[in-house]
Amino acid sequence: MIKNSIVMVKQVPDTANISGQVMKEDGTVNRAKLPAIFNYEDRVALEFALQVKDKFGGKVTAITMGPPRASDVLRECLYMGADEAILISDRKFAGADTLATSYVLAETIKHIGNYDFIFAGRQAIDGDTAQVGPQTAEKLHIPQITYADEILAVGESSVKIKKKIEGGYEILESSLPVLVTVIKDAAFPRPFQAKRIMAYKNAKTLSELEKLTEGNSLLYVDQLQDEYETRGLYIKTLTMDDLKLDESRCGIHGSPTKVYKVESVVLAGSHHQIVPPTKEGIGDLIDNLLADHILG
Amino acid sequence: MEIQNKDVWVFIEQRNGKPADVSFELLSKGRKLADSLKSSLKAILLGHNIKPIAEETFKYGAEEAIIVDNQQLAYYRTMPYSRILNDLVEKYKPRVMLYGATVIGRDLAPRVASHTKSGLTADCTDLQISNVKYIKKEFKDLLLQIRPAFGGNIIATIISPDVHTQMATVREGVMRIETVGKPAKGKITEVPYVHEKFDDVVKIIEQHRKENKVNLKAAPIIVSGGYGLGSKENFELVKELAHTIGGEVAGTRAAVDAGFISSDRQVGQTGVTVRPKLYIACGISGAIQHRAGMQESNKIIAINSDPDAPIFGVAHYGIVGDAMQIIPMFINVFKQKLR
Repeated sequence: MIKNSIVMVKQVPDTANISGQVMKEDGTVNRAKLPAIFNYEDRVALEFALQVKDKFGGKVTAITMGPPRASDVLRECLYMGADEAILISDRKFAGADTLATSYVLAETIKHIGNYDFIFAGRQAIDGDTAQVGPQTAEKLHIPQITYADEILAVGESSVKIKKKIEGGYEILESSLPVLVTVIKDAAFPRPFQAKRIMAYKNAKTLSELEKLTEGNSLLYVDQLQDEYETRGLYIKTLTMDDLKLDESRCGIHGSPTKVYKVESVVLAGSHHQIVPPTKEGIGDLIDNLLADHILG
Repeated sequence: MEIQNKDVWVFIEQRNGKPADVSFELLSKGRKLADSLKSSLKAILLGHNIKPIAEETFKYGAEEAIIVDNQQLAYYRTMPYSRILNDLVEKYKPRVMLYGATVIGRDLAPRVASHTKSGLTADCTDLQISNVKYIKKEFKDLLLQIRPAFGGNIIATIISPDVHTQMATVREGVMRIETVGKPAKGKITEVPYVHEKFDDVVKIIEQHRKENKVNLKAAPIIVSGGYGLGSKENFELVKELAHTIGGEVAGTRAAVDAGFISSDRQVGQTGVTVRPKLYIACGISGAIQHRAGMQESNKIIAINSDPDAPIFGVAHYGIVGDAMQIIPMFINVFKQKLR
């Protein structure tokens, strides 16, 4: 009862740790300077896929849509245990909102084919939208289970999943294939394996191989690609043309939502009353609050 | 693109026959949007024996409730709910559609937006109707979908200029709930449920739901702690202060992520929005996502060791110092005063 999984992962700016260096003079964020990290819930999703593989066998394929540097998270997927990693990258994908992103991901998944599960994190920390999972499932015409907490049982053509809801949980049974988005606490992602790091640290995407050949007339990209593929170190790279996508549905053109205005958050001057950090200061404050019937 | 219909729709969420507060909050906001658009506000409601909820929506400004009432819809399931909404949106083409950013809303809205190719913006903190000039083109009466983005360092205004239906989700508590003075004599339009096989690909085997015991929105006093407190043990002091002065305890997203406090007590853009009489922020720097959830509190006391922390920008009283020393002092002085 082999079960194949595709895991959708994302490289995100580390928005939780914005330091002074990434702030521009006008108070906006210099995105290019933000450290890029593996969206944590997507690592949990990969852990789900690897657990299914441990139990039932099958193949785990990690995919990401992003700029060339997103290959970093794909190598990390390989370190954790993914069998294959695919980068979906094209300048024409720039400016994609969740609808355009889900179109590209759904088409990629159709291209890969032969899957029982699609796993993804519940949401990515850069936008917190939680939209790409359901939108991808809709485009594939398959069911979805969001906020998954645990896989309880896997059958020949069905799965039982515990889903977190407000104030409790549900147990749902879905047919396969199904798209599942997982919450942060659902599992603890396994660490990178030393042996796999040694094996895959040199895994490269097409554009990374192209870089190797730059200024070296003895190296040819096609040859290198063959060589890397034979060694299992080629990170497959798919473009808009490779996937025969409709350009009007990709990137900014395929995105119904547009950023109309962006304002840096400028804090208004502070008009608060300063309370000395002493017993007397706090005593006066409490007196005021008691007098105003805010306390007591 | 020709706009035939400017109606504002609100998806009314019911759980076990009980309407979600956020749905009525959205109706209150939707009423204002419909007034700006000179159009009508409609409540969209799926479930079983839901007529009383449909009647209730008129109090908050709905002029019509479109309902699909069937036992098969008693509990939310993605497939039938999204299929029915897809059909309704495609048939009537509302101009605006709002959902609560709940577990259900966040499961349903993207599925419907994908099928109908609508624009969808998550977790808006404000919604407005305005004429817009975008890339040299004029658009009349667009929905401005306003939300903090990028770690709260920017406020983004999102528009969906080229599609008919503009969709948005909003967290519970963000919009104020308001009843209308003279409710319209609302009309209930019942759409029959026609079962389809694909509706049942996901079955609910069990459901366990306890009514949320924590009701931060109703608490007059809230004492809240941030990641700056450093540890779960230190966070106990926040609880002690809340207990002493008769308040509820809350925390920032970072405090929740660090495991200091449970997520049902998170205040901010992705948590609950509160407007208590008194809000005491302990060791909270004041990222905009947090401020968005508490800045309308009647009185705010900020305790932070960094005098430049943004939290002081929204505070009425500021105490610069280590929360671990200030909080016990506050507790002791308060106890003495009450003696």
